[in-house]
Amino acid sequence: MTPSSVAIRISGVAHQFGEPGDARHVRALRDTSLDIARGELICLIGPSGCGKSTLLNIVGGLMSPTDGTVDVLGKRVTGPMPREVAFVFQENALFPWNTVMENIDLGMVFQGVARAERAARARRSLAAVGLEEFAQHYPAQLSGGMRQRAALARALSLETGILLMDEPFGALDEQTRMILGEELSVLLSRTDKTIVFVTHSLGEATFLADRVAVFSARPGAIKTIIAVDEPHPRQPEFVTSAKFTEIRNQLYGLLHEEIRKTMAHTGAEATP
Amino acid sequence: MRPAGNEGRLASRAVQAAFVVALVVLWYLGATRWGVNPLLLPNPVAVLGDFWAILISGEFIDDLRVTLGELAAAFAIAASLGTVAGYLVSRSQYRIRAFEPLFAAVYAIPIILFLPLYVLLFGLGPASKIALGATIGFFPIALSTVAGFGYVDKVLLTAARSMGASDYQLFRYALLPAALPIMLTGMRMGFTIALLSIIGSETIASLAGLGHRIVQLAEGMEMARMFAYIIFVVAIAAILNALVSALEARGKHP
Repeated sequence: MTPSSVAIRISGVAHQFGEPGDARHVRALRDTSLDIARGELICLIGPSGCGKSTLLNIVGGLMSPTDGTVDVLGKRVTGPMPREVAFVFQENALFPWNTVMENIDLGMVFQGVARAERAARARRSLAAVGLEEFAQHYPAQLSGGMRQRAALARALSLETGILLMDEPFGALDEQTRMILGEELSVLLSRTDKTIVFVTHSLGEATFLADRVAVFSARPGAIKTIIAVDEPHPRQPEFVTSAKFTEIRNQLYGLLHEEIRKTMAHTGAEATP
Repeated sequence: MRPAGNEGRLASRAVQAAFVVALVVLWYLGATRWGVNPLLLPNPVAVLGDFWAILISGEFIDDLRVTLGELAAAFAIAASLGTVAGYLVSRSQYRIRAFEPLFAAVYAIPIILFLPLYVLLFGLGPASKIALGATIGFFPIALSTVAGFGYVDKVLLTAARSMGASDYQLFRYALLPAALPIMLTGMRMGFTIALLSIIGSETIASLAGLGHRIVQLAEGMEMARMFAYIIFVVAIAAILNALVSALEARGKHP
């Protein structure tokens, strides 16, 4: 990759919580390096606690790594970069006391967007996720899927080049998750956003990603990267294709091994 | 809203009204037919007459002014100290662990037991009532402020920070709206128990105020007038409570 085509460069990042010797000391992430290209959608999958969310937070400047560096669009990450990076969290990240419209507006207020520009941007991003009619609803009045769409609209309105999504559909049922995945693929093909997407779902990773980074058990590191060579927007038929099944099975094999290791390590294995 | 919510509300209002009417009827029968000693239970008609006379003459005004003045001062102190202390505690997990159980423990003891001490320190006048009311009102307000600011969903703060919120914006748009409804409930509770403790302490040791007046009438065996004053105080307390509850509700749904 040429330097200008790299959106995110992760070099030798490691992270631990607490100090060694401390009872709560956890090595979350081992020496991890990864280049993510502009416009790429990369999925991070791995067993629970492998540090994939930690890596996402480090990339977004919400946490400082114990070791290593991250560069976003050529700039060293030292804190949140609201102009370059937007987040979508798993759930409940909308202010419950504000309407969908107010939530979107507030994000742009935080980012420092001029008042005159905000309304138009909010309308555009609401249209992109199909929530125009729910602008005046409160989050509690929406279904889980609609709330995540609203959270996505808020992130889109910030017009950042990079979108970090931390299991954004993780709390949703399988059907809703599938529909939102299809929508995201369509959305992605229309923009040139770089997306890092953390998920537990092999199907979701296969369906959405240009590349899937599979993490090893804790302390996590990238074990393998699998490319998914299929153009966006991806069609529902892709899910039933032989290629999809093959990639999904490959991921399953890689992940299964790591999950076994985690369970053996923590003794969390259920007795039958 | 629940279906038939209005009907249910109407029905419960009817039960409440019937209860009050039944109580007055029993009172009337007790005083007129069943020969209960009028020193214990004066005739409700006489009480109503005295109540009316008190309202018309305006003789209550000085005592009311004293009690409400004490309440206003006590609540102002409790609310300002309670919110400041609660906010400072809520800013660190360590301080929450240290102070929240402490506040809760003190809140659970009947602080009115210390009234003699307050009277020694602040005298028989309004100052001791203000100090006691402020002390008692402080704890629910401080506790609810800790609860309001200390347990804001972390993902909201992380999200706001990721979008570039400044410290002021974080407070104004994330912390405060999350804390306000809980704080308002604490304020209402602080207000109510400050009122109760002020009137209560006036009946124990005081120079003026509605509680003082009621005890004076009891000692003078003017039972009908005493009951009339009790009704008056109950009405004032009910009006204040309704007022504060309305303010609380407005604050929660702007």
